[in-house]
Amino acid sequence: MAHAGKPAEASWTGRYPDLGTGLVSYEDSISPEFYELEREAIFKRAWLNVGRVEQLPRKGSFFTKNLDVAKTAVIIARDMDGRVRAFHNVCRHRGNKLVWENTPKHETSGVCRQFMCRYHGWRYGLDGQLKFVLQEEEFFDFDKADFPLVSVHCEVWEGFIFINLADEPSQTLPEFLGPMVRGLEGYPFHLVTERYAYKADLLSNWKIYLDAFQEYYHASVLHSQQQVPSLRSFESGFKAPYYQTDGPHRLVSTGGWKGVPRHLLPRDQMYPIEPNIEAGLMGPWQRPDIPELDPANLPAGLNPGGLDPWSISNFQIFPNFVILVYERGWYLTYQYWPTSHNTHSWEMSYYFPQSQNASERIRHELTAVISKEAGLQDAGTLDGTQMGLESRVIDRYPLSDQEITVRHLHKVTENWVQSYLRAEKAVRA
Amino acid sequence: MSDPSGGPLLPAEFADLEPFARRWCLATEPARYAERLNSTMADMEAFYDAAFGRVRDAMAYLDRFPLQELSATQENLLHLVYSLIMVSLPVEVWHQPRVIDSGTAYFDRYLEPAP
Repeated sequence: MAHAGKPAEASWTGRYPDLGTGLVSYEDSISPEFYELEREAIFKRAWLNVGRVEQLPRKGSFFTKNLDVAKTAVIIARDMDGRVRAFHNVCRHRGNKLVWENTPKHETSGVCRQFMCRYHGWRYGLDGQLKFVLQEEEFFDFDKADFPLVSVHCEVWEGFIFINLADEPSQTLPEFLGPMVRGLEGYPFHLVTERYAYKADLLSNWKIYLDAFQEYYHASVLHSQQQVPSLRSFESGFKAPYYQTDGPHRLVSTGGWKGVPRHLLPRDQMYPIEPNIEAGLMGPWQRPDIPELDPANLPAGLNPGGLDPWSISNFQIFPNFVILVYERGWYLTYQYWPTSHNTHSWEMSYYFPQSQNASERIRHELTAVISKEAGLQDAGTLDGTQMGLESRVIDRYPLSDQEITVRHLHKVTENWVQSYLRAEKAVRA
Repeated sequence: MSDPSGGPLLPAEFADLEPFARRWCLATEPARYAERLNSTMADMEAFYDAAFGRVRDAMAYLDRFPLQELSATQENLLHLVYSLIMVSLPVEVWHQPRVIDSGTAYFDRYLEPAP
């Protein structure tokens, strides 16, 4: 149903009748019982991004990843054939965590030919095969071939490494990503590899932080200081001009504040540091001199709304992975890893083309610093929201048309949990 | 910060910024962010006022050398520019060391390019 006073065709939410326009419950973000269901229904069934191929530069490169949400940890490795593989990080002998550093809770990375267990010295090849057992002759009816590392489904898409913890994923990775997300195919991610990576432990349900970054209704208020004082107003809002959903995924695109890209604003509408360094929140003013990053050569699916001007496309890939591609030739990713029903571990990476000189590196630094500070404001709301929701003083909340993304995430989450419960019931019946 | 000889920390062309070098030539973002939180606005304004007008000169100077082959003093100058960026937001935007409305949030930058 369209909003009162608003033509139906102007309502983004109205284009997806399944979403409805009613009040929304966030019980899914405060209930320990619901979290237990999400672990099974979502995180053990969806394809999960765990990193990029640049983290595995050569044969034998590996990194570990803790997945508290699935009560496991994985090793991601490039084997001697160059193939990227994933294994549960558990020794077949007595269940010890196989690869770790400092403490078993710390993630690690490196290069090796074999993984050796610190407990009894069992060794595994990069293909997961058990290669060495100390005093093998003392084991009973024992064949090393029967005890490889437990492998995890692992696929690479556009350089992003995804795993799936299901015994047999119900969809291939390309099927899961669907046409809207696959619209990113052809973006030169492999040329945009200068990485700035951050971690934070946050006091909210994972979806509450996803919500904070997937609508721009909050921008003119929470981030009022992005405008110089003379332009700030708590009365005039900001609206992103394009929204789309496809299966469990969402997309929002922006075209700049009041349709003007940041770098084209008059100087008196910027902070002094921006023209001094010629960079800012939206990136370096000058696009990199890389033909593949020229807008004419970018995949059409990057800006499916055909916005002009276009600034950012924000791809929300279910369940917990986000890619924001900026028109100025860089991109960022977020990953939200639940650690309980009301906490999560969050990761953010900025990616720029490799700096060719100090000025480029300095411009990247300014963008990274300004962008992080905006993110700190978004994160600053989280524990307050979690506390408010957990009070259960209110059980239903309104969402505006441009918060369609928030509505969609909670709907999809509910759908996946219900689908899991139906399948479980069918198995038991 | 690199100080092999006990001599100047910055290239001779930037001797005017030497009084700020010992404090602000910091190689990593976590170190720069921590120094910002440990600083008064007066500390940061003094550094900003001295360094802001020299940023373009520093960029033009450093661009004459390959980024991966900077000398110790050149690298210090680069780090000083990063610190100027770090204090520019408190000075220009927030008027306090911490980001307004950031609550309890803290992001740890654990990986970054060098230099």
